Amino acid sequence: MSNPYAKLPGWAEYGLIPLINLVVAFLVAGLVVLLVGENPLDAAYHMINGAFGRGEYIGFTLYYATTFIFTGLSVAVAFHAGLFNIGSEGQAYIGGIGVALACLWLDQTMPWYIVFPIAMLGSIAFGALWAFLPGWLQAKRGSHIVITTIMFNFIASSLMVYLLTRVLKPLGSMAPQTRTFAEGGQLPKLDWLLSIFGLDIGNAPFNISFLLAILAAFGVWVLIWRTKLGYEMRTMGHSPSAARYAGISEPRIIIVVMMISGGLAGMMALNPIMGEQFRMQLDFVQGAGFVGIAVALMGRSHPAGIIPAAILFGMLYQGALKSRSKCRRSHAI
Amino acid sequence: MDFFHTIIALLESTIRVSVPLIFAALAGLFTERAGVFDIGLEGKMLGAAFAAGAVAAVTGSVTMGLLAAVLISVLLSLVHGYASITQRGSQIVSGVAINFVVAGSTVILGEAWFRQGGRTPALSGDARFQTITFPFAEEMRDVPILGPIYSNLLSGHFLLTYLAFAMVPISWWILYRTRFGLRLRAVGENPGAVDTAGISVIWMRYRAVICCGILCGFAGAYLSLAMNAGFVKGMTAGKGYIALAALIFAKWRPVNIMLACLLFGFLDAFAIRLQGNPLPFIGQVPVQLMQALPYILTVVLLAGFIGKAIPPKAGGIPYVKER
Repeated sequence: MSNPYAKLPGWAEYGLIPLINLVVAFLVAGLVVLLVGENPLDAAYHMINGAFGRGEYIGFTLYYATTFIFTGLSVAVAFHAGLFNIGSEGQAYIGGIGVALACLWLDQTMPWYIVFPIAMLGSIAFGALWAFLPGWLQAKRGSHIVITTIMFNFIASSLMVYLLTRVLKPLGSMAPQTRTFAEGGQLPKLDWLLSIFGLDIGNAPFNISFLLAILAAFGVWVLIWRTKLGYEMRTMGHSPSAARYAGISEPRIIIVVMMISGGLAGMMALNPIMGEQFRMQLDFVQGAGFVGIAVALMGRSHPAGIIPAAILFGMLYQGALKSRSKCRRSHAI
Repeated sequence: MDFFHTIIALLESTIRVSVPLIFAALAGLFTERAGVFDIGLEGKMLGAAFAAGAVAAVTGSVTMGLLAAVLISVLLSLVHGYASITQRGSQIVSGVAINFVVAGSTVILGEAWFRQGGRTPALSGDARFQTITFPFAEEMRDVPILGPIYSNLLSGHFLLTYLAFAMVPISWWILYRTRFGLRLRAVGENPGAVDTAGISVIWMRYRAVICCGILCGFAGAYLSLAMNAGFVKGMTAGKGYIALAALIFAKWRPVNIMLACLLFGFLDAFAIRLQGNPLPFIGQVPVQLMQALPYILTVVLLAGFIGKAIPPKAGGIPYVKER
């Protein structure tokens, strides 16, 4: 496919266009608020105040942002290889099994700094497994990745309902969730990080998985722009035929990329499970996988763009919860 | 005889839950056969259901509700068309965005207008579709075997239900026996050839997308005006995606679509009826497995283990006239 448009200069491609998109999205959202009969400026003020007005609010905003960084990175890695992974939602959901198993196994005997790496490996393994199947099907059987990942989201959802109502639920309990983890299954908060800036974290569940998310973002940058695998991925994303001609094994790249993508999505489960609820609940992902698509698109699939985009979406989530006049429109970008 | 009545009741609920799937899957058939992938079936259905519920509640007229549903759904389709046909954006991104926008805005608007937690007011009387009873349905009821089939299974459905089943041969006829259908399918397989013949690929695809909007509008109106009495937030609950699965499972063919939708609807109805009861010979089957079965079947089909699903060749690729 030849490109019908001339290439824009870098500053316009990466700075101006996202900015214009954002402004348009806010204008459209403002129109909806007007339609509903409220003052859009008031709504915007309440939203920004609700997201940044207090140390606690900032903690919540960054807590949501952590989740979106993981799913955004997950979608972005697949994008670079020309794959559209809509399944981050399901992969994050299944990744939760790895986190929950590690916590249920070790939380009473081990401190968090032992449980955390094991839970992380568990989440990566389960997330990657759930992405491996669609990847394998695309690579070896030619089934379209978009469709299979959508199907896998629904299969994951049914599987998790089954596990949480029959297998992982403690005896005698009615609620579809695991037992609450002991000390070892709870991540420490990042109150010290906020207190450097003189902010009080309050009840916000902002925890150390944020640092892991930043680390993962750096890791993705190294992977994509500084390794052989990343080079092969980008080659395939740009031109599959060129990749084939250069002797790059297409099935191998597809499967590996999908597993990396699934692993990143799976790590997202650490944040709500070990950082906020201290147990695995039904539907804990809450659409974060789909928000990841928007975050990756807005961040232009670059980690340096994904982090601010994730913080923006975290702000929208937290601000919307606080101000009640929900501003979901910006998903439309 | 008791077993027979259970079967009849099961088949009746199968028909009831299959109708929105049939409308939505046929809607997907029109766009995908024209080369425009549509993940936004779910969003369009939800938007249509909301419009139908809201307008029918305000005007008290079911016809106005249906018209509003079709209008909103066609508008959403045109947005998808503008983004993916005219602007040549990613069809998948556009579809996902539509799903998101509709899921969010129906809740905001519903809460702002009706203040019932995202619901629209409950509909009754003329604001809702009424079931149609066939002549002699009451008299036939006592006839063995044929009686229950006639009076319970065939009679006593909504107008939209019969329309859904009528749309299957109509869609087949449009796609395979008219000039419009031939061109529509050609645009999805080889748009370059259609362009060479002097037919506008863009306009053809827009018309396909509008057909999709109309059918999705019916699906949404069925949900909030016939199956339920009003709109409930998130009421499509993944039906758009099941329809997408049915479309692929049916290998993009109208009659197969009806059969696939009936199969998936049957699984759904069966799972509800099964709740906790063991199956003969198999024993206890988790309800969740039944719910996941449509998706698992589709994945297995896509993997080429039972037949091969070959999508329209030019699907998902925006058409560029000049190179």
